[in-house]
Amino acid sequence: MAHEHKLEIFRGLLKFKSNVTKIWGVLVFLTIVTAVEVGLGITKPEILTKNYFIGMKVLNWIFIVLTLVKAYYITWDFMHMRDEKSSLRRAVVWTPIFLVCYLIAILLFEADYIYNIFKTGYVTWDF
Amino acid sequence: MNSTVSSVSEENVWGGGNRPLGASYGKLMMWFFIVSDALTFSGFLASYGFSRFKFIETWPIADEVFTHVPFFHGNYPMYYVAFMTFILIMSSVTMVLAVDAGHRMIQKRVVLYMFLTIIGGLIFVGSQAWEWATFIRGDYGALETKGGRVLQFVKSDTGERAALADFAAVLDEERITQLKNEGVWFEDESALTTYSVNEVITGLKADNNILVRTETINEDGEKTLLSRAESLEKVNDAVRVVEGANLVRNEYGSRLFADFFFFITGFHGFHVFSGVVINVIIFFNVILGTYQRRGHYEMVEKVGLYWHFVDLVWVFVFTFFYLV
Repeated sequence: MAHEHKLEIFRGLLKFKSNVTKIWGVLVFLTIVTAVEVGLGITKPEILTKNYFIGMKVLNWIFIVLTLVKAYYITWDFMHMRDEKSSLRRAVVWTPIFLVCYLIAILLFEADYIYNIFKTGYVTWDF
Repeated sequence: MNSTVSSVSEENVWGGGNRPLGASYGKLMMWFFIVSDALTFSGFLASYGFSRFKFIETWPIADEVFTHVPFFHGNYPMYYVAFMTFILIMSSVTMVLAVDAGHRMIQKRVVLYMFLTIIGGLIFVGSQAWEWATFIRGDYGALETKGGRVLQFVKSDTGERAALADFAAVLDEERITQLKNEGVWFEDESALTTYSVNEVITGLKADNNILVRTETINEDGEKTLLSRAESLEKVNDAVRVVEGANLVRNEYGSRLFADFFFFITGFHGFHVFSGVVINVIIFFNVILGTYQRRGHYEMVEKVGLYWHFVDLVWVFVFTFFYLV
């Protein structure tokens, strides 16, 4: 059991005095990130919805990146991954990341292929 | 002989008593369970992505579907889901505070924080039940064509969505739900819709203000609005009135959309529910002083890991189902 906690977040930029203040600090950060996400989701700025990056709207990329940021802080500070040994951390984190990236890659490529078949094939789907 | 000499040091490495991962058995098993469960949820979300990319031009827009807030009328996209997200993050915070109090062996504070965590979990599950009920009931109603495409209706002067009740004609039609015991059908048919296809089409023809909106998303990221002439032409394809959602069809658009909604948020809601049950068990153990006598609160830490994981999954569901 990790009794002593690492109290720095943002790579040492912000150091908390105790574990409890760190928890509240992370909550404030996660709340801000969620508020930004919801704000963008409701306003949908045109500059972000009209521009595409690797086949997806820039806005959606922002959502995904912010989600990963939130996931990082939930795992690292709420689940105390920051205080675990690096061997445990790597075993738990990299295994799913590798498998999920692989799964997403094959499924989305396949989906795009089927989309094109539906679109250019000789069968109509809208009748 | 050399090997016997070197085996002394090897025995220190392989002879047991080493903790290469520095975590107890129970915590390690919880982590392994979390990894496998994370892969299950990834499978669901990836298959959602698959279906969505497959029907990228016709997929429903989540902002237009989840627009309700309890006790308020009107159009409030996202606010309630954002509130639910905040509740779940907040209950994660009280959970981690309980773990912290457990490390410092302050029983009373563990009791308080566990209690708050359970309350947060119950609010979340209740919200999800309400969201399901709203989703199943639906609010506007739509027509379905022979090909299974959904046609929705819009008021042309305001651009707002039109409910079937706003324009459908009330005709003098008699149509009784066919029951098995009447011997006409081999099985009961599903409940009849409020309006028949004929009533909706007659109402549409009489009201010049109503236009048809198709599933297709245009270049501005909005659903395509047909002209009045096209609308009158298009409704001839309609074969069925759809109100609300079930596992077969829904008024929001693609059939898979409702299926994934029920499946993914349902599976997550089930996790929250079982998390609350486990939290309650641990809560009573804390009250009884089981962990105080044991000398450590590792059980609180283990259920804490599970609870945070449920929060973590919701963060992803929120993004991929409601935002993207």
